[in-house]
Amino acid sequence: MSEAGKTDSPEQAEFRAHCRDWLSKNHPGTPPVSLPQSALALTDDDALVWLQKWQKSAYDAGLIGCDYSKDCGGQGLTNCQAIANEEMTRAKTPFLPNIIGLGMGAPTVYFHAQDEVKQKLLPRLLSGEDIWCQGFSEPGAGSDLANQQTFAEKKGDSWVINGHKVWTSLAHYASWMIMLCRTSKEDKYNGLSYFVVPIKSALGKGVTVRPLIKLTGETGFNEVIFEDLVVEDKYRLDEVGAGWAVAMTTLAHERGAGKLVTPASGGLASAEDKSSSIGSANALIRLAKASSRNGKTAADDPVLRDQLMQLMIRQEGFRHNRRRIGVPELNDHPMRLPLQFKLVSSELGQDISHMAYKIQGAASSLYVNDPNAPAGGQWPMAYMSSFGITIAAGANEVQRNILGERVLNMAKSK
Amino acid sequence: MEQSKNFGFGEDEVMLRDTARKLFADNCSADKIHGQLAQNYDPHREIECLWDKDLWKQIGELGWTAVCVPESAGGLGMPLVAAAALVEEAGKAAFPSPLVSTFNASFVLQACGSDAANKQLEKIAGGQASTLAITNQKGSWESSDTDVTVDDGTLNGTAWFVQDAKKAETLVVAAKGEKGLGLYCIAADDANVLIQADGIIDLTRDQAHIEFKGAKAIEVAAPGDGKVALDKAMPAILSIVSADMVGTSEWLLQTTVEYANTRVQFDRQLGFFQAVKHPLVNVMLDLDRAKSLTYHAACTFDEEPDGAELAARMAKSAASDVAAFSASRAIQFHGGIGFTWECYVHIFFKRNMHNHILYGDGNYQRMKLADILIGQAA
Ligand SMILES: Cc1cc2nc3c(=O)[nH]c(=O)nc-3n(C[C@H](O)[C@H](O)[C@H](O)COP(=O)(O)OP(=O)(O)OC[C@H]3O[C@@H](n4cnc5c(N)ncnc54)[C@H](O)[C@@H]3O)c2cc1C
Repeated sequence: MSEAGKTDSPEQAEFRAHCRDWLSKNHPGTPPVSLPQSALALTDDDALVWLQKWQKSAYDAGLIGCDYSKDCGGQGLTNCQAIANEEMTRAKTPFLPNIIGLGMGAPTVYFHAQDEVKQKLLPRLLSGEDIWCQGFSEPGAGSDLANQQTFAEKKGDSWVINGHKVWTSLAHYASWMIMLCRTSKEDKYNGLSYFVVPIKSALGKGVTVRPLIKLTGETGFNEVIFEDLVVEDKYRLDEVGAGWAVAMTTLAHERGAGKLVTPASGGLASAEDKSSSIGSANALIRLAKASSRNGKTAADDPVLRDQLMQLMIRQEGFRHNRRRIGVPELNDHPMRLPLQFKLVSSELGQDISHMAYKIQGAASSLYVNDPNAPAGGQWPMAYMSSFGITIAAGANEVQRNILGERVLNMAKSK
Repeated sequence: MEQSKNFGFGEDEVMLRDTARKLFADNCSADKIHGQLAQNYDPHREIECLWDKDLWKQIGELGWTAVCVPESAGGLGMPLVAAAALVEEAGKAAFPSPLVSTFNASFVLQACGSDAANKQLEKIAGGQASTLAITNQKGSWESSDTDVTVDDGTLNGTAWFVQDAKKAETLVVAAKGEKGLGLYCIAADDANVLIQADGIIDLTRDQAHIEFKGAKAIEVAAPGDGKVALDKAMPAILSIVSADMVGTSEWLLQTTVEYANTRVQFDRQLGFFQAVKHPLVNVMLDLDRAKSLTYHAACTFDEEPDGAELAARMAKSAASDVAAFSASRAIQFHGGIGFTWECYVHIFFKRNMHNHILYGDGNYQRMKLADILIGQAA
């Protein structure tokens, strides 16, 4: 047993051995189509099908959702998902396509939905057969999430929903959406309620999904329009007016600070993988050695060398922050490191891809449609795409507010 | 090889760290330090070495100097992270003592591996304060550079930028002989050793240049072996100095946050304003990076010595940078009061200024790192 298993309980050790054994025989191999950098950017149907097959097989083997109770499609284990994640990453598996469902939908439904709804929805969510999306953002409600205008009106035993959600990742494949709605105009926060609503089965029956084009020219996220969509009351999570508190469960899990560990696999190297992801500062060194500047090898330029080392240090620092999260004695505040995760990784990714773009020099003017573009134009593409991550899931400026207020207890900025 | 997930920071290390926390809380408040060190504000004041010798004696009795000395030399044989944690606490308290210097001397002696070096280590384990005299007048951090020469065990010339020289009982001296660099131990009060105190910015330590006038010393690494020993010890030294800055920077962050949470202007606490809040969060981000890299560097020194230099230079670069950043934001966000001698912040600001450059600042470390990771530039 390697160092990774040093502190495993007997249950965990047995589970780890199972994961390792299963993964050694069931790695899905090389994808037949090129995969995007994350599930949020999935637009190719073949890629989706292949990834869903991977998620289902890992689910069937008990590696996904294992900490959920058995009646909800889990294994009823304790603290085993983190182990499955470690082993899946170690085995360099592809990412899981149902990322929003696993990371935000599942825990929210698990902690707030009626048993019947949990038992119906969670197994297909965990297996990846149903893709989920998140309908929080609206044209007038981004950082100020509580400013929701999409309205759910109670009619008899059901709710009728009207409104407009934007930036909805994966809505084009989604069967279900977790969504925040206004149920009362009296109170900004206490006037919100939380629902799970059908998307795919309601297309043309109250739901319209339209792709939005990203600045890269790609599709990837959507706007979703609700016109008199009728939703049964059982799909409301928690009390009417308790939507904000339920949304906090979603956001806590999104920030890696929830009660349940999100199933995650990854590490599979693909041709495009060397782009903006963490771990790629090393690729900048190779790039600098192959590029020239002022008539010399770019890697000999002292200014560039210093900048490259700064990025390497940030990358290593991030890696060891993640390691230190697991050592409570070296953390004076339990949320201090977890809440930095998205902010630090997204800015590092952005700066790495921008550095790559600068090192390539003139060649960075070439886009993905140019046969001469180095690495298929992936670096400038990665730089442009990186803003998705510094904006999504709470803009980094808002993340800084959260850190300043929750960890350092400074006065709330609006 | 995979390293310990917890950086080797186990139960014993936690206990030791917590003892240190308590000791500093009881004996070393910022208020007390200020009273002890900052009586005389005159920039042209006479050079003095101010510190609490009794507290240092207590620390010797607690066995802190023995923490990283091998058991075979009468020490506790704990991993480097234990010392890093102690020094982090010392940094938080801006503790004036030869603790860091003594640790650093002990790493060099361990790297020597000779019987003579082990004898010196036994003394350190017993609480003897020691320091390194290895730097030349130009302040070069290259291990082969020294202005001191050795001939048949006799030292001549001057060592510069010697830390805590007035507090140390023993000096570990780098000297050039015919066959290369050697390392020597000599008592600080030897008749042929002249310690000339430097006037320095940092109030929490003393520094000196030390003249050796035909001083007879004990050889701990023969000429030709000294550089190897210094290079081997340097990652530990860098980790320890980084840990000091991590501690001091944490004090600066927390103190400034506290001020931002109490001081009201425009009817709001200062921390309400994002021009104050966000930079302080940035200090925290940079500080956590430096802290993780420091514990990683210490762990690497113990568990994966081949990677020790790389890890340590990363830590020192990150720690030096956040030392400057945390200190500058601390002064700035305290406003006018922050610019006064009366406000405690300057004590910590100056300690960070000193450590920032000691053994090379961030740029210097990154030059070294680039040579390792990219290769020497043509
Ligand atoms: C790629 C991508 C995928 C997304 N996927 C989803 C999804 O699946 N579901 C979903 O619901 N939403 C999704 N979003 C939306 C995302 O959560 C919002 O874009 C984000 O919360 C910011 O809201 P906004 O776009 O309205 O910007 P605004 O709120 O208008 O803010 C604009 C900018 O102003 C600054 N700012 C705003 N408020 C503050 C403040 N208080 N203090 C300091 N600065 C501030 C920030 O720099 C911010 O970027 C996605 C976004 C992107 C880019």
